[in-house]
Order: sequence, then C-alpha cells, then structure tokens
Amino acid sequence: MTYVARKTLPFKVEFIRQLRRRRTLVAFGLMVLLPLIVVAAVKFGSGDDDSSDFGGGDLDLIGLATNGASNFTVVMVFFATGFLLTTVFALFAGDTVASEASWSSLRYLLAAPVPRRRLLRIKLAVAMTLNLMAIMILILVSYLIGLLAFGSEPLISPLGGNFSGAEQFLRLAIIGGYVYITLLFVSGLAFYMSVRTDVPLGAVGTAVLLVIVFAILDAISALGDLRNWLPGHYSQAWTDVLSPEIVWNGMAKGFASATILFATLITLAFLKFDRKDILS
Amino acid sequence: MAALFIFGFLPSTAAAQTTPLEIVIVGAASSSTDATAVQLDSDLYLPTTLPAPAIVLAHGFGSSKTAVAKQAENLRAAGYVVVAYTARGFGKSTGLISMNSPQFEIADAAKVIDYLANRPEVIKDDVNDPRVGFAGASYGGALSLMIAGTDPRVDAVVSDITWHNLTTALFPQSAVNLNSAGVFKKLWTGFFFSRGLVIPNPTNPRCGRFDPTWCELYESVAQRGSYTNLEAQLMRNSSPVSTNANVTAPTLLLAGQADSLFPLSEADANYQQLKAANPALPIKFVWHSGGHDGGRSETTRLDELTQRWFDKYLRDNGIINSDFEVTFVPTNIISANQANESTGIESSKNYPGITNLTEQLLIAGPAQSVLAPAGGVPAAISTFPGIGSIGSLLTQQIPAQNAIFQTPSLTKPLKIVGSSQLELKVSSSSPQQDVVLFASLRIVGANGVSSLPSGLVAPIRIPLISTGPTTVLVQLPAIAVAAKVGDILQVVISTTDLAYLLPTTPANYLIELASPSIAISTAALTPTTTTQSGWVFVLLTIGVIVLLGLVLIILRPRHRKADTRAEISETPVVIESLVKQFKNGPKAVNDISYEIPQGKVVGLLGPNGAGKTTTMRMVMGLIQPTAGAVFVFGERVTPGAAVLSRIGSLVEGAGFLPHLTGRENLALYWQATGRNTEPHFEQVLKIADLGTAVDRKVRTYSQGMRQRLGIAQAMLGMPDLLILDEPTNGLDPPQIKAMRDVLHDYVAQGKTVIVSSHLLSEVEQTCSYVVVMHRGQLITAGEVSELLASHSNMRLEDFFLDVVGDDLTIGKTS
Repeated sequence: MTYVARKTLPFKVEFIRQLRRRRTLVAFGLMVLLPLIVVAAVKFGSGDDDSSDFGGGDLDLIGLATNGASNFTVVMVFFATGFLLTTVFALFAGDTVASEASWSSLRYLLAAPVPRRRLLRIKLAVAMTLNLMAIMILILVSYLIGLLAFGSEPLISPLGGNFSGAEQFLRLAIIGGYVYITLLFVSGLAFYMSVRTDVPLGAVGTAVLLVIVFAILDAISALGDLRNWLPGHYSQAWTDVLSPEIVWNGMAKGFASATILFATLITLAFLKFDRKDILS
Repeated sequence: MAALFIFGFLPSTAAAQTTPLEIVIVGAASSSTDATAVQLDSDLYLPTTLPAPAIVLAHGFGSSKTAVAKQAENLRAAGYVVVAYTARGFGKSTGLISMNSPQFEIADAAKVIDYLANRPEVIKDDVNDPRVGFAGASYGGALSLMIAGTDPRVDAVVSDITWHNLTTALFPQSAVNLNSAGVFKKLWTGFFFSRGLVIPNPTNPRCGRFDPTWCELYESVAQRGSYTNLEAQLMRNSSPVSTNANVTAPTLLLAGQADSLFPLSEADANYQQLKAANPALPIKFVWHSGGHDGGRSETTRLDELTQRWFDKYLRDNGIINSDFEVTFVPTNIISANQANESTGIESSKNYPGITNLTEQLLIAGPAQSVLAPAGGVPAAISTFPGIGSIGSLLTQQIPAQNAIFQTPSLTKPLKIVGSSQLELKVSSSSPQQDVVLFASLRIVGANGVSSLPSGLVAPIRIPLISTGPTTVLVQLPAIAVAAKVGDILQVVISTTDLAYLLPTTPANYLIELASPSIAISTAALTPTTTTQSGWVFVLLTIGVIVLLGLVLIILRPRHRKADTRAEISETPVVIESLVKQFKNGPKAVNDISYEIPQGKVVGLLGPNGAGKTTTMRMVMGLIQPTAGAVFVFGERVTPGAAVLSRIGSLVEGAGFLPHLTGRENLALYWQATGRNTEPHFEQVLKIADLGTAVDRKVRTYSQGMRQRLGIAQAMLGMPDLLILDEPTNGLDPPQIKAMRDVLHDYVAQGKTVIVSSHLLSEVEQTCSYVVVMHRGQLITAGEVSELLASHSNMRLEDFFLDVVGDDLTIGKTS
C-alpha cells in the first residue's frame, strides 16, 4: 500500500499553507510596525510633555524605553502583551481549523485521509510555531530598532535592577518565554473554539473577548483574592524578571495556570474533534 | 493549595465556629484612688485538643475584647487556649485607664497569667507557670511587650504598631543633635484622649474613665505642648522602654510604615533595646505596609506570621526565621494589578538599622526664607488621625511656608530603607522663641508627579536660637520606598503641620543647606522567594498534563482492525443497515443497505434532501453513522481509516486555499495525502482544462473552474473509487460531454465511479448502474437497463417519477 498515515500533512506542508496567508504576513508586519511607530513617536513627537500620557501612572514608560535597546524591548513587550499579542495568538490558533472548514478544504484533508488527531497535532504545532515567531520577531526587531535609536545601554529596571552583557539577554529571553507561556491560555481557548465552529472569526473573536472579560474582572478590586483564580491574572508577572534577583513565585503560578488551562482546552479540542461530524 | 488551585477558591474558615466562654477575671486595684480589684470582662476560647498552650490577646485603645474575636477564633482553631479580655476602663471591664501603667494594666495582665495557671486546659511549664504567649497591636502591643518584660512566665510575644516611649512618640524630635523635647502631636493625642471619654463618668465628666493622674497629665501637656520631668517619668513608666531590658521571651516585632502616631523609629528603638539587653533573644522585625494611618492592610500575612511565631515558641512546631522583612508598596502601574499579592516583600538576614547611611547624594537649593504664620494657620496637612491616611496625593503644602532642596534626577534605581539625614542651617527673625519645622522627603517622578511616602513628616524643634544660624542634623521620616531612575528626591522643610501644636507668634526663618549632600539610608535586601512553592506549581502542571495525556489515550477512538471482510474486498462499497440521525432532526439516512459493483459508473439519484450527500460523507468517514456500517473494499470505514486512501472525492463543491494558485493547491494537497506514488498532474490538469489560469490564485476562479480543479484533485492519485457529487455543476455543455468520456475511460480501467445527482438526464447518459434514494430511504438499486426493462420501455425520468410518485412534491415542502 502506498498510503502511510504518519506521512500525511507533514509539518512543512502545513507551515507553507499557513505562512503564505495574507493574515500571517499582516500579523508579522504588526510586530515590526509597533516598535517603528513608537520610535517615530519618540524621535519626532512633540516633546517631553507627552511622556506622562502613556499609562497615566507615575511610571514614565517612554522615558524608560529610551534608555537603550534592552529597555526599549521590554517596553515594547509590555505594550504588546495587552492586546496585540493576544489577538495575534488567538488569530494563529483560532483560525487554523475553522478557516479550513470555511474553505471546505477540511473534508478533503480528512478524507485523504489525514488522521484526525494527526491533523490537529500538526495544525497546533504550526500555530504555536507561528506564535513563537511572532514574539521573536517583536523582540528581535524591537532590540535592533532600539539599538539603532537608543544604543546598547544596559537593561535598567524601574524596580531597581541594572543588567548588562549576557545577563540582559538572558532576562529578555525569560521575559519572551514567559509571555509566550501566559498566552498559551489564549492559544488553547482559540484552538478549542476553532474545532467547535466553522466560522474563523468566531473562534478568534470568542477567545479575544473572553480574555478581555477576564482582564476586566481582574481589574475589579472588589473581587479580592478571587481574582487570583482568573486566567491571565499572572500575565504581568514577567515584570518580576526585572527584580535584582528574579522572583519566580508569581511566574510559577502563571506557568501552572496557563499550561494547565492550555492542556485542558487542547484535550477537550481533541476529544471533540475525534467524534465530530464534518458537515462543512 | 494544589487542590485549591485546580478546583477554585474555597473559603478556608469553614470550620465550625464555637462561642467563647464569657468569664470575669479579677485584676489588680481599680485605680490610684480605689483599691477594690478590677473586674476584667473576658472571653475564653477552648480548642478541641487539650491541654494546650495559651495565648492572651490584648486589644487596641478604645475598643474591647470583641475587636480580637476573629483572631482569637482562628488561633483557637489552630489549637490554642485563647483569652481575650477587655482592658480596664473600656467596655464592660471596671476600673480606670492608666495607659499601661505597671501597677494597673500590667498587673492585670499578670493576674490573667495567674488565672491561666489555674485552668486545667492550659499546659504548664511549672507550678503557677502556664505556657503562654501575648499578642496585641498598639495599646495591646505595648501591654504585650511590657508584661513580657515584667513577668518571666511569658513565653512568646507578638507586638504590632506600638510605642517605645510615650514622650518620644507624642513629642517627636527629629533634630538628631538636639536633646530638647520635640513637637507635641496634638491631633493624635487629643483623638486618643477623647476615646477614653466615650462612656460618660458622672462623678468626673472631664476625665471620663481616665485615672485622674493621666487626666491631669493630658490637660497639662496639651495646653503647654511640653512636659515636666515628673510627667516624663510617668509616661516612661507606661512605656516598653522601662521594661524591654528584662524581656526573655522570643519577640515578633511588627511595625507599620503608614503610621504617623507610632512611626518606625519607635519600633526601631524597641528592637535596639531588646537586642542590646539580650543579644541571643530571637527577634523577628517586620515593617509591614499598614499602621495607624491605614496604609495597605496585610492582616492575613501578619496573622499567619503571628501564628507561626507561637507555633514555634509555644509548641516548638514548624519553622520561622528571624529575618528582617520589609514590604515595598508598589507604586508603578506595572505591578499595580498585583497589589493585593504579598509581592514586594523583601528581607535580609540581619536588621540593618533605621539609619544605614550608605548612599550620599548631591542636594542643592538656595537659602530660602520661610514664614511661620501667626496662630499657626493655614497649616499643611500630611496625615489626619482618626480618618486614617488621607493618601499621599492629597497632602497639602502651603507656598511661602516651604523651603525646598532637591537632588538631580536619579541615574540608577534607589531603594530607600530607613531614615535619611541631611544638615541644615536655620536662623530666625525672632530668636526669643523656639523654631518649629517639619521636614519631609518627597519623591518627584519624571512626569512631575510628587508623592510623600506614607504621608510622614519629621518634626523639629530648635529651642531659643541665638542670633546666629543653628546647624541641625535632620533625621527624615523612616520609609521603605523604591525610587526609580529619573526620579528626583526633594526635601521639603515647612513651618506648619495640622497634626502638631504650632507656635502662635509669627516669625521668619532663613533655611539653607549646611552641606550639599544628603545621606540616604538603604538596606541590602533580597525579594522573599518561596522557590519551593514555585516548584510545587511546576510539578502540579506536569501531573495534570500527564493525566490529560492518559485521558486522551484512553478515549482514543479504536481502530477496528478486525472489521475487515475478505469476501467483499473486491466490492468498492457495501452499505449495511446504515442510519444517520442528526441531533434534533429526522433520520437523514434511514436503514439503507446496498452494494456498489466494481467497474461501473454508478448513479446516486434522488431529489434534494434524499440523503445522498450524507451517505457519501459516511462513505468518506466524515460523518459517523448512528447505526449500521459502511465497508469500502471490505474494510469498515471509520474516521481516518487507511482504506479511505483508495477513494478520491468531490462532495458539495471543491475546497481550496484561496491564497494559493491552482497548481500549488494540487501539489500541497498531494503532499498532505501521505502517498509515496507520483501524482498524475499532467493528466488531471488536462481534464481540468484551466489553461494558464492554473497558476493564478484560486480566489480569482469562477465556480466552474473550482469545480473542474476539484475533479482534478479527486482524480490526482487515480483512486480505485471516485466519488463525485453533482460534478457537472457550473460546467458548460461541451465540458459535460468531455467529463462523460473521461468517466467512461476511467471505469474502463476497472475502477469505479459514483456520481450523485438530482438530474435524471445526466445519470441516464452517464451511468450504467443506479441507486435511487428518497427521504433517507433506499427506493431501488440496479442496472439502468434492468430497471428500465422491468418497467416496460420507460425512460429513466418516467421510472423515477413512478417510484417516487407524488411524494416528490410533498417531500419538498415538508
């Protein structure tokens, strides 16, 4: 027999299928655009009066960003985690199965036959790879742009740290890694919705909407300690990487919360897809 | 904790609440004028396991035993005998208030220990020596420290936000090089005195429940703003300073940063005195973020520390270190959303002291003339007693009453821990009266927002200045603040503060820097990390993922390898009693059975909604049958069954990636099918007849072009069974003709084609075998020629109408 199940839908083939899409390129483009816009705003903006507008608090983020390439990168990650990266992660993970359904190509893959679990495995792997690429592009481009614009000053933390040399790159890598992990929840949710629905924007939108709802609940201080159980509660815990000595506790909780939710949602997605009637 | 994390928040205080035993403990003499013993209204809490060590909880000024009821219940639940008693002069206890005087309040506490010594429920270290700890805050904190320094039977102490010496607390002097009394803290003192007047005392309305000695003292100092030696001695006797040297019980010393009444300097003095007298004594010193001004409450953490302290020193159970801990209240927006967490706690092995002046910063500013207004008004506002902290943002500064000196922008982050110092030169326009000044350390962010940490100011009194300038070394308020890069430190010297008794004669002061530097107090601290608990979460995650993996393996759809039937391995399709019922719908396919013979073009015929497509999707393994089975070449069809690789299909329209060209779509599809044979590209592209359009993106295609490309994709591997659903949709007549020829050639190679259609003419011209379905049921199946033969000379169309009959119209409308 010429058919070999484990050779169906190779990672490379699925990667090309997704990479060639316009939305993939737009998402990557946004990662490049964000640091460019901020640099332009700082370099050609109206001056120091505006700096206090950012964030509204007493932390001067733009002032911090101009300290050097590393600081610029940290601030870009801070800006991007709120909405941009969430949306991009939801897009890559949420669009992948649902858009095949909407193009009617899903049934031909499954009838080829690509085993259902293999299809999900490969699609998930490609989506998570694209997510990883998005965050790496953001960090690398931010660093390069920061380097050109503000030089290679050491990483200075608003919380009282000062790191240079390999230490700053290690810390930037940990920040990138942790942001990626906290966004696993978004990816898992979007992927699960992607398996459930045939409408790509429905899957992406539901995931983003839920993340926003959780963020709003997290901002309600009246909920007290209940908020510790909200997904995404520890999404800002990466700021602990900026302490003189890295505080792992918040990040350990964030890691557990995100990966457990991710694993649960992915399991549900697999179980759902095993038995789903493909009607698209 | 692990279970909580998964299953969500569960209240931990669900344990059954018990009502305490209400008792009266007989204390010492009622007052300086009444020798009858005082009756102390008390609650006794007994744990389930007895005997147990005892804990005495002392309440704050102006409240009663009920204020500590919750903490008492928690400690009872943790296995302690707990006594909460109302201090003399408050609530239902009798007697008069003597401000923790040794012969009254402290003697009462000794009587409470005597009482516990007589309770069989309490573990005894010796005859008349119960195992007992004392805990309290403020008024109760001083009592706890003082009983420990008076009565050797006390085994452990927890003392929160309390004073060291009433004279230094109520008359603070922040000029380190001057020995004179400081500035009277009139608002706080008056506020507390009024709390003793809440219950009217008809025999002495002016003093309420205060002992006359203290009533007179208050009236005397409040009017003069100073005290006599005798008064100083009285206040000293009612302060831990008089007893600390004798403390041998391990002490957990808690202090609040948001405390303008008993600031960190008071707690620091207690610490230094305890350590000096007994260097081996275990003392843990904690600067939390609460205090008399409110601040940020850390009750949960402090209660936990308290319990662990008692666990360690009353039961020798568990571990608690003696590290110095300090909470940095987050002030920036990054960590603001974690403000309710116990983040921001940093610690060091050793307490660095309150003036650990390791950093020197430049500070600059011209000599400035400031006005002390007549009558002391208007006055600046820093904190307001009784209301709590009014927030550092609301603090009010009055222009012309301030001299401001500031550092350049910080070039590196700076953690200020303790009291910083700078030297000033002060001269006065009216040297015949004392100079009163208030120094504060403000932090001005790069955006211009200025904040006064904890709302604290340091009062300075310079007695009777001679004509020349006087140099004072100013000890700024003790704080714990992380200043950021770009921040400016600002020292503000003002002449007024609402909370203090101010001179009423107007004066002008000239204030200048004695030296252009400010010494910053810092500490070598590390954030408290509980790495162990971090690992717990990682292990938990691994556990959950392994569990979910097992679930996936267990619930894996089984491959029915055994369901292979050799006898029908040559038959393309065998359908057995197939049923499909969708949720909330009628049976789309209702118990049909038929076979598709090999080497023929088979027509699947029926009106819309007959169940043709549903059947074909079940043949392709896309839909799971409700009952029955489909066999393809003798192998039962399940999702992803290997035999599906022998089918090529086009069902309900083609499906392509719109952003790729026709050729790329075919190439990538072939690579996705997992075949290791060569595809028949040229052949199928000829059938598709797309010309140069094959290299255009699919999104530009017409419906017919997609349809033809779909047929090409289905035929790409020249499958043994080709399923085409309405293949002529969108094709023009010549293309339909060509398609027919292709299909006839195809079956000539021994392969099988199933064509579904609702068009009779198409089936009639293309197919040699036909299966007729209607409303989910099989009507008939057989060779076209045979079927027609049995119905004398009918055309297929007539035959179809004959078997379906009037149902056709009814079927369409229902």
